[in-house]
Amino acid sequence: MLKNKTDDYINKELLHFVTVGSVDDGKSTLIGRLLYDSKSIVEDQLMAIWQASEKRGDTNVNLALLTDALGAEQEQGITIDVAYRYFTTQKRKFIISDTPGHIQYTRNMITGASTADIALILIDARKGVVEQTRRHSLIVSMLKIQHLVVCVNKMDLVDYREDIFELIRSNFNNYLSGLDFLNSIFIPICALNGDNVVNPSVKMPWYKGGSLINLLENISISRDENLTDGRFPVQYVLRSNDGFHDYLAYAGRVAGGVFKAGDKVMVLPSKQITKISSIDFYESNVEEAFPPMSVSMRFADDLEVNRGDMIVREDSIPEISKEFDVMLCWCNVKKLVPGAKYVLKHTTREVHCYIKDLLYIIDVNTRRKIEGIQEVGLNDIARVSIKTLQPLFFDKYKVNRATGSIILIDELTNETVGAGMII
Amino acid sequence: MDNRLNYIRLLESDSIYVIREVAAQFENPVLLFSGGKDSLVMLHIARKAFWPAKIPFTLLHIDTGHNFAETLQCRDKFVENTGIRLMVAYVQDTIKSGKAVEDIGYKASRDVLQKIMLMDTIEKFNIDAVVTGARREDENNQSKERFFSIRDEFGRWDPKNQRTELWNIFNGRIKPGEHFRVFPLSNWTEMDVWQYILQENLDMPSLYFSHDRDCFIRDGVIYAYSDFIKLKTGEKVQNLHVRFRTVGDMTNSKATLSKARNVKEIIDEV
Repeated sequence: MLKNKTDDYINKELLHFVTVGSVDDGKSTLIGRLLYDSKSIVEDQLMAIWQASEKRGDTNVNLALLTDALGAEQEQGITIDVAYRYFTTQKRKFIISDTPGHIQYTRNMITGASTADIALILIDARKGVVEQTRRHSLIVSMLKIQHLVVCVNKMDLVDYREDIFELIRSNFNNYLSGLDFLNSIFIPICALNGDNVVNPSVKMPWYKGGSLINLLENISISRDENLTDGRFPVQYVLRSNDGFHDYLAYAGRVAGGVFKAGDKVMVLPSKQITKISSIDFYESNVEEAFPPMSVSMRFADDLEVNRGDMIVREDSIPEISKEFDVMLCWCNVKKLVPGAKYVLKHTTREVHCYIKDLLYIIDVNTRRKIEGIQEVGLNDIARVSIKTLQPLFFDKYKVNRATGSIILIDELTNETVGAGMII
Repeated sequence: MDNRLNYIRLLESDSIYVIREVAAQFENPVLLFSGGKDSLVMLHIARKAFWPAKIPFTLLHIDTGHNFAETLQCRDKFVENTGIRLMVAYVQDTIKSGKAVEDIGYKASRDVLQKIMLMDTIEKFNIDAVVTGARREDENNQSKERFFSIRDEFGRWDPKNQRTELWNIFNGRIKPGEHFRVFPLSNWTEMDVWQYILQENLDMPSLYFSHDRDCFIRDGVIYAYSDFIKLKTGEKVQNLHVRFRTVGDMTNSKATLSKARNVKEIIDEV
């Protein structure tokens, strides 16, 4: 019995989803509802939000207060930063990033979305698709999140009307057709009362699909790790001298492909060729290392290898270059201009770079490219050319998320100012 | 072979990645020992991250003086097994130095003093990263923390102005006086921690398992009775069969009535 409970538990699939959408669309309420109906909140949490709801003068328990933890959030009734929540059902373990809808906090939304498997976008049934709905769906599609679940919320306020739901669906589908989602599923819900969240709604008999939780439990998640191109960014050099022999290994997390002892590999940037003599993980050898395993590797030859280098399979070498284009989400009030210099981080590698060219900004409403731009502002999505001082070894983001993503850091303020996906 | 890590191994691999980033990005990081199961799990993961090399951090314990003997034994055993350098800062010293006056009422707690002592230690030894076992699930404010969370020169967190943290590319750059709090177990739940302890067969302080102990009940919560406790009128010492949910400071560690004698039985109760 007990053993089975453990096996069941650790063999559950993990699904990390992010909730996005405009301010006031009810994201926090929906998550509160999911936690509440799946019995994932404990009594003292419930007591605390009862009291907080009363203090605010809410007539019912305000489920949004479960995720809006910061004082300012509860006072203003908006979410400022990502809250991470956890719940478990029979089939799956869930991590939720509840992200802010306000345009001012888009960078926090990107923080929450960058590690998610699927995205839940909320639309207020009374307002339909608004600019922020488009911006967020554009960003999550760029982040290569393959599944989009569209929750048309507050159906109670439009008398649960099917025609309104259908209108929103066809409008939004027009926009989504140009984006890179594997699929998008629409559900009419009322997060406040729980319709179609955990239990099917009796108020919307015209809706034949399953409840949201049913969908989340059954949606197929193909882990998008790349298992073909061997990539191992060196994170840390492990040295030990116990008096008998010296131990030297290169620690890191596999970012692509499968590595085995005996494999012939190339070290970048030096391009030296060697063989993996063993892959180690805590007191034992690892037969096969695949993403996202953290291991350490030893080599047959004595080579100079440092943090920021990359071990790759000789038969699939990444691009090695000082120049490339990225789709960039700009996260700083200080505008991006051509020639500006930044520190660029890519896997475990850090280099200096400058912005060589601004190619275009995407108009989030029409998805049109606006060319001939002089600067990129906060929350803009732009294609830019970057030139680095030292070469990077990379793949396109759509081929490998881990080796195709970069961040830009302002050296004066140390802030992370941009998120880039290599194209 | 199925190229998939089970859920617990996935969490472990993430945490190892975070801890190795700390070693690579900071000059003077410490692991914070709180006594509890979360910090013991974090220490075990740190050991795995650098094996067979030594853990390249100092282990810092802010000692409130209100310890369970079993907790200190666990700490010392880990130090002996790994050769990690241990630094103990005594809250008693903060009180002696006059920087803080100890509250001596019924609700006396050294929580605030512990925070002052931690900041003093960070300043005194130029610590640039404090790695703790805190989990997002555990507490409302913690749910908003990044893996790498910056603190200003007064140790303050500005949750309205956090750094963008994308994918798992961590930006640990700081200015003089600032430091980072790092939370490798961010995404672990209470249940995950217990399942991991079971799988890894980790030693836990016996306090986590049910035993007979002198306790008292205050506001409906069971606490251990000790010399550090002043009873209010009406409160009485009673011997109960309990286990503890936290094992740091004796004066605020909550106990629960339980028959769970081992990790498996705790998992059944959680």
